[in-house]
Amino acid sequence: MSITVLFHLITYAAITTFGLVVAIRFVKIYKMPMHLRWELYPVAHEAGGKASYGGSRLEEVDWWTKPKERSTFNELKVMIPEMTLLVALWEHNRKLWWRSFPFHFGLYILTGLVGLIVLGALMEMVGIEVSANAGLGSLVYYLTILTALGGLSLATIGCLGLLHRRLTDEGLVDYTSMSHIFNLGFFLVVLGIAWLTFLFADRGFEDTRAYVLSLITFDLGAPVGSFLVGLEIFLAVILIAYIPMTHMSHFFIKWFTYHKIRWDDEANEVGSEIEKKVLEQVMYPVTWAAAHVNADGKKNWVDIATEEMEK
Amino acid sequence: MKKASVSDISRDVDQVGHVDLADLPPLPKPYNETESIPKFRPLTDKAKESYVSDLDDTIVLSLPKPKNKGDEGILVRKFLSGLEKLFSKENNWTFLQPLTLSMENCAKCQTCNDACHIYEMSGNNDIYRPTYRSDILRRLYFKYFKPGGKFFSKWRHGDIDLNWRTVVRLAELAYRCNLCRRCAQTCPIGVDNGLIAHDLRKLFSSEMGIYAKELHENGSVLQLKVGSSTGMNPVIVKDNVEFIDEDTSERTGMKIETPWDKKGAEILLIHNAGEIMSWPENHGAFAALFTAAGIDWTMSSEAEEAIGYDNINYGLFYDDMMLAKVAIKHAKAAVNLGVKKVVLGECGHAHKAFTIIADRVLTGELNVRRESAMTLMEDIVFSGKVGLDPSRNDFPVTLHDPCNMVRLMGIVQPQRRILKKIAPKFKEMTPHGVNNYCCGGGSGFAIMSGHNFQDWKMHISGRKKMEQILNVFKDEIDPSIQKYVCAPCSNCKGQIRDMISYYDMWNKAGINYGGLVELIVNCMTDAKPGFIEWEVY
Repeated sequence: MSITVLFHLITYAAITTFGLVVAIRFVKIYKMPMHLRWELYPVAHEAGGKASYGGSRLEEVDWWTKPKERSTFNELKVMIPEMTLLVALWEHNRKLWWRSFPFHFGLYILTGLVGLIVLGALMEMVGIEVSANAGLGSLVYYLTILTALGGLSLATIGCLGLLHRRLTDEGLVDYTSMSHIFNLGFFLVVLGIAWLTFLFADRGFEDTRAYVLSLITFDLGAPVGSFLVGLEIFLAVILIAYIPMTHMSHFFIKWFTYHKIRWDDEANEVGSEIEKKVLEQVMYPVTWAAAHVNADGKKNWVDIATEEMEK
Repeated sequence: MKKASVSDISRDVDQVGHVDLADLPPLPKPYNETESIPKFRPLTDKAKESYVSDLDDTIVLSLPKPKNKGDEGILVRKFLSGLEKLFSKENNWTFLQPLTLSMENCAKCQTCNDACHIYEMSGNNDIYRPTYRSDILRRLYFKYFKPGGKFFSKWRHGDIDLNWRTVVRLAELAYRCNLCRRCAQTCPIGVDNGLIAHDLRKLFSSEMGIYAKELHENGSVLQLKVGSSTGMNPVIVKDNVEFIDEDTSERTGMKIETPWDKKGAEILLIHNAGEIMSWPENHGAFAALFTAAGIDWTMSSEAEEAIGYDNINYGLFYDDMMLAKVAIKHAKAAVNLGVKKVVLGECGHAHKAFTIIADRVLTGELNVRRESAMTLMEDIVFSGKVGLDPSRNDFPVTLHDPCNMVRLMGIVQPQRRILKKIAPKFKEMTPHGVNNYCCGGGSGFAIMSGHNFQDWKMHISGRKKMEQILNVFKDEIDPSIQKYVCAPCSNCKGQIRDMISYYDMWNKAGINYGGLVELIVNCMTDAKPGFIEWEVY
């Protein structure tokens, strides 16, 4: 097997690993038993002005007789700024925001860069040239470069800031593990090589675009371009595969912590899906060992919860 | 202040953390001088000899010290067994998903620390960080229950030793959090350190039989045995209420008679029975208000198959199984009477336990309709059913937001709309609403005062609320001006009562406290003026 074929296969494997790990973890969490309600206000989808101050339908007399109003607009009003601007951090930890926001926003821009490179590759695949003097193609060409400059700058500044804070903030020392340093270091190496590649090897992203095109067309023998381009792509895809295995997987975990916990205010109604799940889960056998629970591994939650205490 | 690291929890040291009054943030006037603040009583030598006391300067659990290596080993083995069960769906389906997510996804950015009133008002004492106990548990969870844990836990989270000290200190540490979840509100990722403290308490209670006696033996167990954690059986509670009715009739000039066990009533009112024992005017005010408004209501005297006159459910604070037992009996009280709905009196944790948490416990006919007294009172006040003369409440009033009712249920405005209508000098604390601070008595602390825990509560967990109260009244802090802290929650009232007493706030600052319904009745024209008795202090 030639080195280029191996290189292509590693890239496919890394991207697949990313997708698989995210999917497996997502499904595993999704399939966990339904938990008790544990919402935290404000709940973003509350309608009728309640979301603005943290109110709920429980503020209404005979609330169960009122229609459950849910505002997707209110939810998006919270979600989009949170996802893009890290509003919670801005409000509660401004010092960290100045480091974390550029890092995250830089990564978003770099994700956009990948999209532009894929778009350029697809354009070339259908015969539209992407270069400095190619009409529509030049737009993509320059946009790619601008995006790279913006993304790399922000992400690098943010990453350096985060690492600096991890290493110097007294309050963080005890909560900084080897993996924190490794993760940020890994990002810094990938970003650093990206800068070198951009400045000295592939300023117009021609080589990278060609490699992506070869990935799309399964042209496994296509050359990678240059050592720096190859190194950058290799490190970047390994990083991509690694992210969902760490706490950095919060990019999708937040969907659960917000939508499925913090904002999960769905009331249980007789005959509802929620009730069906409850009825299923209260049949689980209990093995807690404390005397007052009086479990034996055979009794289920219903048995124990309805058992009289000794008088 | 000496720094404490996470790994100190298992070290053989006298004490992991230390409370020194000199480290605490100063309080506003008239408590800005050291001499004006009561001393923090040290633990007695006897307590230190008899019980595990090496976490900080106080004790909640009164755990006996292990006598030998065998006892030490048992503690560790039982803890590990409980930890495993905590992450099993069979034993902890109730919170498995949120707990796992909080365990596995914390970025350790420490954003939550500044939101915690205990951490802040302890002078940023390391052991009171919301992240401190969480990270101990996280390291143990990864070390013992994740693949390759011995290596990867250290790599991902840092090292930790598990020995008997770790276990008993962690048990105590679970009771240095009010479970107010203000920290969770600020977490950018959605990690919930309040939940972790809650589930730690559950592990210790459900697996090891380690709990605060005030919550378990004198709380849930007593309630399940006699009908109320106050110890009142049906005869006594009816007797007490009869006395309250007589007293209220005299005070208001109205004919008050609490209806008992009325089948098919519109409303079953369930109080925290502590109101009947400690704040009889609260029940009296409800009875007067409902009588004046012509409400079709009843109380329930059931104490056997159902629990009808004490809405407390301390299981919320430490043990899901105890929570379920009590919630089912509360629901049965409503079913047995065939009422249209249950209205929960002024008790925050009972609101949350019965309305929110038990929502996915109660099925079929047990899923009775449950509502807050706040909304019903708002409905009455704005319906015109009762005449109101707000000038009778012409004194400064502020509102304390019970965490369970506000941040954790979203009942924010009804009580405010009432106060704006009936209390001309009402003003808000800063911050308030869903961003409020806990009174310091949350999660059962209000009923715990063994050893010197009262000093810890008064100096540390209640300090932020104390600061807020003093600040909101700073322009009228003169003790000759009578001021009212409205706290529509028994637990919060207990804590605020104790703070007023501890710091002599009535004599030094003219600060009194009470519920919301008392303020309504105080200005109700059907009643004689002067329902609120300021002379109590």
